[in-house]
Amino acid sequence: METSLVYASDDHLNLKATELRLGLPGTDEPEKQSFAFVRGSNKRASSGMDGALDAENGDKDHAPSSKAQVVGWPPVKSYRRNCFQPKKTEAEASGVFVKVRMDGAPYLRKIDLKVYNSYPELLKALENMFKCTIGGYSEREGYDGSDFAPTYEDKDGDWMLVGDVPWDMFITSCKRLRIMKGSEAKGLGVCRISQSTFTQEKEKPLGHFTKMFGS
Amino acid sequence: MNYFPEEVLEHVFDFLTSHRDRNAVSVVCKSWYTIERFSRERVFIGNCYAISPERLIERFPRIRSLTLKGMPHFADFNLVPHDWGGLVYPWIEAMAKSGVNLEELRLKRMVVSDEGLELLSRSFANFKSLVLVSCEGFTTDGLAAIASNCRFLRELDLQENEVEDHRGQWLSCFPDSCTSLISLNFACLKGEVNLAALERLVARCRNLRSLRLNHAVPLDSLQKILAQAPQLVDLGTGAFVGDQNSESYHKLQSSIQKCTSIRSLSGFLEVAPCCLDSIYAICLNLTSLNLSYAPGIHGSDLIKLIRHCRKLQRLWVLDCIGDKGLEVVASTCKELQELRVFPSDPLGVGHAAVTEEGLVAISFGCPKLHSLLYFCQQMTNAALITVAKNCPNFIRFRLCTLNPVIPDPVTSQPLDEGFGAIVQSCKGLRRLSLSGLLTDQVFLYIGMYAEQLEMLSVAFAGGTDKGMIYVLNGCKKLKKLEIRDSPYGNGGLLKDVGKYETMRSLWMSSCEVTLGGCKALAKKMPRLNVEIIDESGQIGVNPDDDRQKVEKMYLYRTLVGPRSDAPEFVWTL
Repeated sequence: METSLVYASDDHLNLKATELRLGLPGTDEPEKQSFAFVRGSNKRASSGMDGALDAENGDKDHAPSSKAQVVGWPPVKSYRRNCFQPKKTEAEASGVFVKVRMDGAPYLRKIDLKVYNSYPELLKALENMFKCTIGGYSEREGYDGSDFAPTYEDKDGDWMLVGDVPWDMFITSCKRLRIMKGSEAKGLGVCRISQSTFTQEKEKPLGHFTKMFGS
Repeated sequence: MNYFPEEVLEHVFDFLTSHRDRNAVSVVCKSWYTIERFSRERVFIGNCYAISPERLIERFPRIRSLTLKGMPHFADFNLVPHDWGGLVYPWIEAMAKSGVNLEELRLKRMVVSDEGLELLSRSFANFKSLVLVSCEGFTTDGLAAIASNCRFLRELDLQENEVEDHRGQWLSCFPDSCTSLISLNFACLKGEVNLAALERLVARCRNLRSLRLNHAVPLDSLQKILAQAPQLVDLGTGAFVGDQNSESYHKLQSSIQKCTSIRSLSGFLEVAPCCLDSIYAICLNLTSLNLSYAPGIHGSDLIKLIRHCRKLQRLWVLDCIGDKGLEVVASTCKELQELRVFPSDPLGVGHAAVTEEGLVAISFGCPKLHSLLYFCQQMTNAALITVAKNCPNFIRFRLCTLNPVIPDPVTSQPLDEGFGAIVQSCKGLRRLSLSGLLTDQVFLYIGMYAEQLEMLSVAFAGGTDKGMIYVLNGCKKLKKLEIRDSPYGNGGLLKDVGKYETMRSLWMSSCEVTLGGCKALAKKMPRLNVEIIDESGQIGVNPDDDRQKVEKMYLYRTLVGPRSDAPEFVWTL
C-alpha cells in the first residue's frame, strides 16, 4: 500500500516531529506530510478531525489537546466521561441567579452573580439595568448620598446592605436583591427610625449600620 | 415427536434456558411452535423496533421477563441525537393493559420516564426485578414509585444511567414491610440518600447479596451497613474516606473482616488511599474488581491492592495502572478472564499510560483471558501476533488506540496483520472492535477467519468498498455492524442487500453512502427500516438530491414497518 511508504521514508522525520518546539501548529513539514497521508487513506475526513490528526501522526509520545475535537473518540460512554468531569460541568453550568426587585418597577429582573467578580462590577450592572445611580459604598455611611440602596436577603432571611461582607461570602449567602429607593434608602445609616413621621429628615448618619426591620 | 403429550414437551422445553435454543425449537413444527410460545416466560428483544409490544404479547402471553435494547451502540458516544427514540413506555402500557404478569424488566439504552416507572410499579403485582443499563429520562421520583409500590421487589439495579436526582427521599419509600431485596445498586445516582433509611433497609433485608452505594454514602455508614450484612457477595462502596486513626475506622476493619462472602468489589468513587488497608482482608477471595471509577487509587497503592487479589477473574481499571502495573496483574492474577483498561483522561489529552507492552505481559501471564477492552496509546503488529498466540480463547476483543489512525509505531505499517492474527487464532471470537491504521487487508482476514463473529465495530478505517464486502460476505454469523468515518459507499452498501435481513442492524456514519444508495436499498428490502438521521436538516431541504452524502444511517430488520415515534430529524426511507 503506497501510504506505508510515506511512513517508511519518514522515519528520521518522525524524530524531528517529536521534538518539543515552540512553534505554531501547522508550520512543521513532517506534520504537513502526515496530514496528506491521512487524507489519502480516509477519502473523506470528517469535520473536526483534520486538526486533530495533523499533529498526531508525527507525534509519538504526546497527545495534543486538539484530539478533543473528534466527536465520540475515544469511545468512552458519556456517563463515564461525565463522571470524570463533574466539577467542571457543575461549576460552568450553574450560575447563581437571583431575583432583583427595584422599588417602583413593574417587574423583577434576574441576574447571575457569578458573572461578576466584585461589588463595583455588580453595582455598575445594577445601575445599567435599572437606570439609576447607586454610587459608592462606604462602611461608615452605606450608600448615603444616593437615592438608592442595594440590599439583599441572606440565608437567615434578614435584609442586609450590599457591601458589608467579602464578595465570596456575599455570593453564597445572597438569596435575592432589592434596590431600595427614596426615604427608606436614605434612612439606612440611621439608628433611630421614627415611625410616626414620614418626612425625610436629613439626620446625620451614625457610624453604625443597622439591619432593616422587615421590608 | 408429535405423539408426546404437550406436558412432556413443555417439561422438556423447560430445560432450554437460552433464548436462541427456544427460538430454534419454535420453528421445528406448528405444534412445537404453539407449545413453546405458551410456555415461554423469558423473552429477549435486541432491537425494540424489530417488533411491537402487541405482537410480543400475542405470541407470548405468559411472558414474565422482558429484556429490551433501544438505541444503537454508538449512542453511547454521542453520535445519536437526543430524542431519537427508544421509549419503553408503550411496552409497559401494552403489558399493563393485557394483564401480563410481568416480573422482570431489563432495559439497555432506552428512554425511561417517571410515568413509565409509576405505571410499572402499579400494574404488576408480582414485579420483582428492574435492571436499567445506560438508560435516561427518569428521575428519583420514578424510583420512589418503584420503592413504594413493588411489594415483592428483589432487584433494583441501576447501571450507568443518567438520572435526574431530585434529592428526595426515594430510598425512604421502601416500606418497613419490604424485606425481599436481594440486589440494590444505586451507584450512578448523584444525590444524597437518607442514610438512616438505608441502614434500616439493609438490616431488614436478610437475603441481600448485592449492594452498590453511591458517593454520598460515607465510610461510617458503610461500617454500619456491613455490620448488618456480612452475607454480602457483591459490594460497591461509596466514598471511602476516613480517618485511619478513628474508632469508626477500626470498627470498619472488623466489620469488613466478617464479610467473608464478598467476591465482587467496586466503587471507591472517592477514596483516601490510607483507608485501603481495611479491604486487604477480603481481597484474597475476590473474583471481580472494578476500580474504573476510582482515579484516587493509583501508583503503588493500586499495585499493592492488586497483589492481594490472586483469584481475580474480572478486572476493570484505569490506564494509570501503566504497563508496569499490568505486569503485576499478569504475575498475580492467573485466573484472569476479563480485563478492561479505561482511559483516565477521556479526552485523551496528556499521557496515556498503557501501550502494547502491558497487553503482551497480560497475555503471557493470563492464558484464560477471553474478554478484553483496552484503551492504549499505541499498538504493534508484533504485540497483537504474540497476544493471539498466547490467548486463543478470546470471545470479545476490543482495542482502542487513542489516536484512531495510528500505525504500528515500530514498522509504520497498518495494524492489518496484528488483527488478522487475532481473528485467525481466536476461533470463538464473537465481538471485535478495531482501531489504528487499517486497510482492506484486515477485512479480508476478518471475512476469511472470523466465522463466529457477531459484532464488528469499525472506526476511521482506510481502504475501499472491498473491505466492507469482505466482511458482509465472509462473516456468516454477523449480527451487528457499526462503521464510522470510513470510506465505504454505495458499492459496499448495496452489494448484498439480502444480508441485512440476517442481521440485527447496520450503522454507518460519516461514510460515503449517498441518499440515492439508501433509497435504493430501502426499495429493495421492504422488511428493513432504513433510517437517515438528518440533524442539519440538509436532506429535508433537498430530498430529491440523491447524490448527497448521508451523514448518519441506521438500518435494521423489522416485522412492523417504519416506527411511528420517529422524531423530525429521522427519515425512514
